[in-house]
Amino acid sequence: MIAALIFYMFAGLAVASGVMVISARNPVHSVLFLILCFFNAAGLFLLLGAEFLAMVLVVVYVGAVAVMFLFVVMMLDINFLKLREGVAQYLPTGAVIGLVLLVELAVVFGGWAFAPDVEALLAAPIPPTDQMTNTEALGRLIYTNYVFLFQASGVILLVAMIGAILLTHRTRTGVRKQKIYDQVGRTAANSVEIRKVSTGGGI
Amino acid sequence: MVDMLSGLLPPELWRLIVIVLQIVAIVLPLLLAVAYLTYAERKVIGAIQLRKGPNVVGPFGLLQPLADGAKLFLKETIFPSGANKVVFVIAPMLTFILALIAWAVIPFDEGWVVADINVGVLYLFAISSLGVYGIIMSGWASNSKYAFLGGLRSAAQMVSYEVSMGLVIISVLVTVGSLNLSDIVLKQKETVWFILPHFPMFIIFVVSILAETNRAPFDMAESESELVAGYNVEYSAMTFALFFLGEYANMILMSAMATVLFLGGWLPPMDIAPFNWIPGIIWFVLKICAVLFIFLWVRATFPRYRYDQLMRLGWKIFLPFSLFWVVLTSGVLVAFGWLPGQG
Amino acid sequence: MAFLDRTARAFLLTELVQGLALTFRYMFKPSVTTNYPYEKIPMSPRFRGEHALRRYPNGEERCISCKLCEAICPAQAITIEGEVRADGSRRARRYDLDMTKCIYCGLCQEACPVDAIVEGPNFEFATETRAELMYNKQKLLANGDRWEAELAMRIAADAPYR
Repeated sequence: MIAALIFYMFAGLAVASGVMVISARNPVHSVLFLILCFFNAAGLFLLLGAEFLAMVLVVVYVGAVAVMFLFVVMMLDINFLKLREGVAQYLPTGAVIGLVLLVELAVVFGGWAFAPDVEALLAAPIPPTDQMTNTEALGRLIYTNYVFLFQASGVILLVAMIGAILLTHRTRTGVRKQKIYDQVGRTAANSVEIRKVSTGGGI
Repeated sequence: MVDMLSGLLPPELWRLIVIVLQIVAIVLPLLLAVAYLTYAERKVIGAIQLRKGPNVVGPFGLLQPLADGAKLFLKETIFPSGANKVVFVIAPMLTFILALIAWAVIPFDEGWVVADINVGVLYLFAISSLGVYGIIMSGWASNSKYAFLGGLRSAAQMVSYEVSMGLVIISVLVTVGSLNLSDIVLKQKETVWFILPHFPMFIIFVVSILAETNRAPFDMAESESELVAGYNVEYSAMTFALFFLGEYANMILMSAMATVLFLGGWLPPMDIAPFNWIPGIIWFVLKICAVLFIFLWVRATFPRYRYDQLMRLGWKIFLPFSLFWVVLTSGVLVAFGWLPGQG
Repeated sequence: MAFLDRTARAFLLTELVQGLALTFRYMFKPSVTTNYPYEKIPMSPRFRGEHALRRYPNGEERCISCKLCEAICPAQAITIEGEVRADGSRRARRYDLDMTKCIYCGLCQEACPVDAIVEGPNFEFATETRAELMYNKQKLLANGDRWEAELAMRIAADAPYR
């Protein structure tokens, strides 16, 4: 009973904060509600017994991705009136895209549910939770059955990262840069020279 | 008597009561420790700077934290004009609550832990990455440029140092083969404290937790000389007190984390007669105190880092080095067949 | 070789460790703080503290209302009104000193030809209201009576250098 109550709490909060994300007037509030939504999703994962996924969701999405969102949104100087100007014009397009996404989700879920080998897939790789921790089970699956897919997604991320750096990085000439190693290595012996100068002689 | 009581109540309610009692048993000493950490900080830094530190309120100034607390409690809470009140109030609460709930997974002794979950390390890591929000929200909600700049700095700093911290933790996890904090300590009982094999990682971890908790020499978020007080400049009275308590509770938490990961948790230094008479929790507290002393000692010794140098240190030195160490650790473990779960 | 030496030092954090060792040693040194209200540090006889107006041993006040101190005071904290008494001597009727303006430069006591206005050793004269810091002649003379023994000693100690 308690588990069901907690499920409805997390689920209800997740849906409510999801709605608030798109209906909040202040974009910063939107992001904060998004974070709340992530959090509740993590709670749902916990109820499913997927504690590793829950924690990783919090670490990655809440701890890093949402911080970046918040950074960008807080820095923006948004004119809310202008943003709302074209709502009626763009509403149909948005609704259609939303509908397409919903249908796709339904198709994916339906396809998964009625696929012929789904029983075998469900039964095979997951050992009972009392024998193996969640983390271990996930690791075994990723690094054995799906190792190439996993590595490929890693490579894609790496390429994206390098691409982003390449796009934003530019070498500027004439920039003075602090060379800490040289600074620290500088001593009196290699920077000051004491000479005896005769009067009127100069150097 | 306990059996009688548990028979009277429904089991779920009884469990709830036990959990609440456990929470109280952790939170009350923790708050007391936080109060006396501020006292210890002033005394230690005073001693290093040849001063006396607080010595007027009570014997040796021991009642000073209570006086400070009473002062903050009686002051007026001021809301800056144009502040976003809801976020403004939530931010300090968030900081404080996060600093408390992380203690649920810390093992104080063998089996002395509220929630012995399998992903304890990840849980701690998730909680500490949430700590950013208290600061960034307070900075934004204050509607003040100093607070905002402080919040941004601190958020960027915490996100950066979490990366190297994560890699440091991974080296330890690879050695243990478990994310459970009790397992980490028990592994150190079998082998050695991880400070010995992972000494460079211990140094990086200590420096990273200094940055993570926004402590000197990485206290750019509140650098008085440029940002007045940083993200909490607009806060007063109890809202400020919550930030303050949260910051110090976080320091203790991070010290506990360092203790569990590197200093063998509740284990005595040697498993021989005079040492293992002392209960594990005392060893645990002593080790936390030692790490906390490092916090204070470093604060009294080093000047504040410049912000770009802080970022350089985090991304260009700690990150590659800890990554290298992860590879080295894995390589050594595989080469000697020490990998957990292999044999 | 120098390169190797420097790199090794950088990686072993020698400088940081040296700094930490220094502060650790200092932690065990006795503190130099004086426990102020209970302990006080020795004070120079030239210390410039709270003002006082002195009297001659026979009880007659020294100030002759020459207004040299009023003239020299850079903060213009002193206001004097003089009068000629029945016995023909010039004395101050009013001698007001605004302690909130005073900068404790000591020029008034240098200017005084009769050593009447002096700055004493007392620096613990904080008050709860601003009005209490507007000293009048009674207050200054009372100060003089209170600190006379010490004031005389200070002037005697400083006399060889004048």
